[in-house]
Amino acid sequence: MRVNFVLSEVAAGLRRNLTMTVAMILTTGISLGLMGTGLLIANMIGDMREIYYDKIQVSIYLADGITDPQRDAIAAQLDSSPEVKDYLYESKADAYARFTQQFQEQPALIANTPQDALPESFRVELVNPQRYPVIAEQFPNGQNGVDEVRDEGDFLDRLFSLLNGARNATIAVAVVQALAALLLISNTIQLAAFNRRNETNIMRLVGASRWYTQLPFILEAALAGLIGALLAIGGLVLTKILFVDKTLAGPIKAGIIPPVDWSAIAAISPVIAAAGVGLAAVAAYVTLRLYVRL
Amino acid sequence: MIELQHVTKVYPSSPRPALDDVSMQIDKGEFVFLIGSSGSGKSTFLRLLLKEDSPTKGVIKVNDKTLNTMSKWQVPKLRRTMGCVFQDFRLLTNKTVAENVAFALEVINKPQRTIKRVVPEVLEMVGLDGKENRLPGELSGGEQQRVAIARAFVNRPLVLLADEPTGNLDPETSQDIMLLLERINRTGTTVVMATHDYHIVDSMRRRVIELNDGILSRDQSRGVYGLGR
Ligand SMILES: Nc1ncnc2c1ncn2[C@@H]1O[C@H](COP(=O)(O)OP(=O)(O)OP(=O)(O)O)[C@@H](O)[C@H]1O
Ligand SMILES: [Mg+2]
Repeated sequence: MRVNFVLSEVAAGLRRNLTMTVAMILTTGISLGLMGTGLLIANMIGDMREIYYDKIQVSIYLADGITDPQRDAIAAQLDSSPEVKDYLYESKADAYARFTQQFQEQPALIANTPQDALPESFRVELVNPQRYPVIAEQFPNGQNGVDEVRDEGDFLDRLFSLLNGARNATIAVAVVQALAALLLISNTIQLAAFNRRNETNIMRLVGASRWYTQLPFILEAALAGLIGALLAIGGLVLTKILFVDKTLAGPIKAGIIPPVDWSAIAAISPVIAAAGVGLAAVAAYVTLRLYVRL
Repeated sequence: MIELQHVTKVYPSSPRPALDDVSMQIDKGEFVFLIGSSGSGKSTFLRLLLKEDSPTKGVIKVNDKTLNTMSKWQVPKLRRTMGCVFQDFRLLTNKTVAENVAFALEVINKPQRTIKRVVPEVLEMVGLDGKENRLPGELSGGEQQRVAIARAFVNRPLVLLADEPTGNLDPETSQDIMLLLERINRTGTTVVMATHDYHIVDSMRRRVIELNDGILSRDQSRGVYGLGR
């Protein structure tokens, strides 16, 4: 295979359709960027599940007027319950400390919150999280110093369904964009084949192999796909530096949101690159098979 | 060398066959004129030999290979044994004379060494030495057709197919092109040439095959273009 020949054909092809090529690269890039975002959100959801679900499942918020014996009784009941795997007591002071840490970026909010505004609580981990109602029954709301028993898992389920929705929406938009990218690639390749019909006609007549004739077009698309993928990866890196690491720094430090690690971006980058190159090359190949006589 | 057995070609868009039950044989080294009025099926005939299209019925053999059963990936190999020349030259306008000829070898993966050696040889043979670096736009029609012939012949094909190669040229230039084709024929290459040019056919007295609305109506060795001329 004459590498120089193929490469010069590829370069000439990309230059000749500059506007189409740019459009093709940008759409591919946006699609891949969204796909990467979707994958990162999916990663994040996985991390958050670990952070949250493992720690607490049920919170028993205690009433303001609770007495020491009532508190001890609750602790004793938790100790003896076979449903409870582990539990943790959080005093008003602990709750306030956690609150100030979580919202350290918002001093106004902290300033407006009295030190004793947050209730003390028992944070309970169940042997089987599904058995929340049993615990709720054992500690009726408003009795024996219990203010409210809340299934944090329920809240988390809603939080995660929100995050899953965000992930699905991102991926859906990525798929639509990918469709647009594929159509653009197909169009660009048809245009490129039309522009080079004199060359390809001669190649066909002098007996160049199909493969040799098609390769420049496929490489052209693959190269555009690769550039698109690099743009997408660049976009993700910028998003991490400018948005995640800056705007979300507080919640991340507080442990509410898991950080987006460089390793996560490094892990999905090859996936994005492979998807970009692979999809573009396949789209080009199929286009040549279906629409172009070579 | 070339054999057609009861070949019929019907294009989907027209009811009348472009070739109608044509049987014939051309031996190695022959020079054959393919004549007939416009639309009689000459170009179709040549396209079928190149397997640019397939016959509706009948069997076609080229170089002892049956084209009907030939798979797609074998077609390039077939075409490497055939050269073709057209009325409209079909040169790449952005490449020089030498590059146009070299292109035909590059795309079939000939080594650069070979290309460097054979391109000047064939350009000298067609009388274009000294004009290697011109662009097609800087050549006369006759010279452009020489480039096309050089490109068709540079890989030493067994068969040269020419579809009205003199159709765009004046009589004198046409004569020069015919001398060139004769010379190629003398190297042992079979030449099949579709033409309307009765001067040429009459003066060369070679085998003449005439098509009439797709039907082979005459096959005559040392023939002339037509009666009454
Ligand atoms: N691709 C095609 N699709 C449909 N019909 C075609 C096609 N090519 C040729 N034909 C028809 O087939 C018949 C033979 O055409 P062909 O081009 O072989 O004639 P020809 O002898 O080469 O004519 P000319 O001397 O004008 O070049 C004509 O009636 C033409 O209209
Ligand atoms: Mg014709």
